[in-house]
Amino acid sequence: MLTPTEISKIEHELQHVPVKKAAVIEALKIVQQERRWVSDENVEDIATLLGMSADEVDSVATFYNLIFRRPVGRHVILVCDSISCWVMGYEDLKKALMDHLQIHYGQTTPDGRFTLLPNACLGTCDHAPALMVDNDLYRDLTPGMIKNILDKYV
Amino acid sequence: MEAPLTSNIKPGVSLDIKTYEATGGYQGLRKAMQMTPQEVTALVKESNLRGRGGAGFSTGMKWSFVPMNVEGPKYLICNADEMEPGTFKDRWLLEGNPHQLIEGMIISAYAIQATTSFVFLRWAYKQAAQEIRKAIAEAYAAGYLGNNILGRGFHLEMHLHTGVGRYMCGEETALLNSLEGKRAVPRAKPPFPQISGLFGKPTIVNNVETLSYIPHIVNKGIAWFQSLSRTGDGGTKIYGVSGRVNKPGAWELPMGVTMRELLEEYAGGMQHGYSFRGALPGGASTDFLTSAHLDVPMDFTSVAAAGSRLGTGTMVVLDDHTCPVGFVHNLEHFFAQESCGFCTPCREGLPWTEKILYALERGEGTEEDLEQLDLHTRLLGPGNTFCALAPGAMEPLQSALKYFREDFEQHVHEKKCPYGNYTH
Repeated sequence: MLTPTEISKIEHELQHVPVKKAAVIEALKIVQQERRWVSDENVEDIATLLGMSADEVDSVATFYNLIFRRPVGRHVILVCDSISCWVMGYEDLKKALMDHLQIHYGQTTPDGRFTLLPNACLGTCDHAPALMVDNDLYRDLTPGMIKNILDKYV
Repeated sequence: MEAPLTSNIKPGVSLDIKTYEATGGYQGLRKAMQMTPQEVTALVKESNLRGRGGAGFSTGMKWSFVPMNVEGPKYLICNADEMEPGTFKDRWLLEGNPHQLIEGMIISAYAIQATTSFVFLRWAYKQAAQEIRKAIAEAYAAGYLGNNILGRGFHLEMHLHTGVGRYMCGEETALLNSLEGKRAVPRAKPPFPQISGLFGKPTIVNNVETLSYIPHIVNKGIAWFQSLSRTGDGGTKIYGVSGRVNKPGAWELPMGVTMRELLEEYAGGMQHGYSFRGALPGGASTDFLTSAHLDVPMDFTSVAAAGSRLGTGTMVVLDDHTCPVGFVHNLEHFFAQESCGFCTPCREGLPWTEKILYALERGEGTEEDLEQLDLHTRLLGPGNTFCALAPGAMEPLQSALKYFREDFEQHVHEKKCPYGNYTH
């Protein structure tokens, strides 16, 4: 079941679009903001609300890499793996992250604290290598900086 | 040296509406509203402003295809989905001077008589999202957006849409699908978006840097715009350099500065112990240029004549300690991952290309693999795919095979990566 807050936020988005379906990405974002990820049940509820089939909603949800269709941790780490970061030391940074967290890409730490994901170019190539934790951008990184950064997120 | 787009931007500060107005902000809009929409389009067309998103198409020409005598809504969209690897120029404008963009969008919307506009912003630009949201609210409060703008009877709404990932959203027809709540796959052209775009209505999609230029062109005129440039392509351009240079960064410079000036004067030369082997002049989907091209002026026409594209104007440098095969493998990994899967050559060809490059890096490549790569640069090239993603992906590959052939062959013969670089 979607919460009344989620439903009212989605209905607000419907005011800006000529057809209900057009609000599906906004709806997925709203649900994910509340729950961190989008479950099968959420997909069905969004479909009902927007007059779509659940498969239609899922075809959109699974296309976009930042809509999470599996549970993620309390904090999501997105590591830029594109060219400027790769040239400037991405591989060492990735190794340090995986050693520190003891997980690989696509995995979540057993305590549910962090999910680790690669991400395409974060658009801060003059400060490579870079990563984001939730909404925060970290740049000019070296492997030694990982621990202090991650300690801020509980 | 004039830098109209960025000279008012201060590090770490976003110009609010009062400060923007104090620097001459919204004067271009006032001037444009004294002109007819057709006059604004004609002015921009005559200025020869070329799209700063990468393709370099004439902005005024694009606008002139919008039918002006039809009923119903039209849309003006700012493409702020900056996701071309190696590109970080629009972030500067979005975070530092959001009103400049908004003013450019209002003038552009007026020129095509659009009543609704969107900023399509990529997910990762959190700071920009905050600044744009605030600036849109300020512009509404000041009467620059909404009903009867500046008392001239023009009406415009503006919304911020933040994306949820995928490079494909930067392709203008895929962006339209995404705004309609669909998968970001490209549309067949024709019809072009100018005729049938968002929700089937006439739509213009322009890049952040392009739209940010509009107020200045309207304000100061064509002669001024052309005087800023050293070449036939008018204006200044935001250039950038990343990689193993001393001072990576972005600078607004006259259109047509050379790659050598960018590298040596602005980026401070190569880091100690590293030498220059080549660079992608304008993002991941442009052909390599080498030290033989250092004196090529960085404008659309000259870079094209040198066998590459100006693209986004933000250069990624390949140094002598970085494996060119690994470099290209990283790029093809990106393109294979970001292919929308809509058409076969791209969906099948890019992962194959990536796997061959990975095999080469692991020392498992053969001579036949190099022939396969050559073949792919043709099969995935222009004319065989639905959009420009795969042809763009082939640009760095085909040029790497041309300029760094001996590196590819060395991987085959020595059965290892001679650079010992890591790979995915």
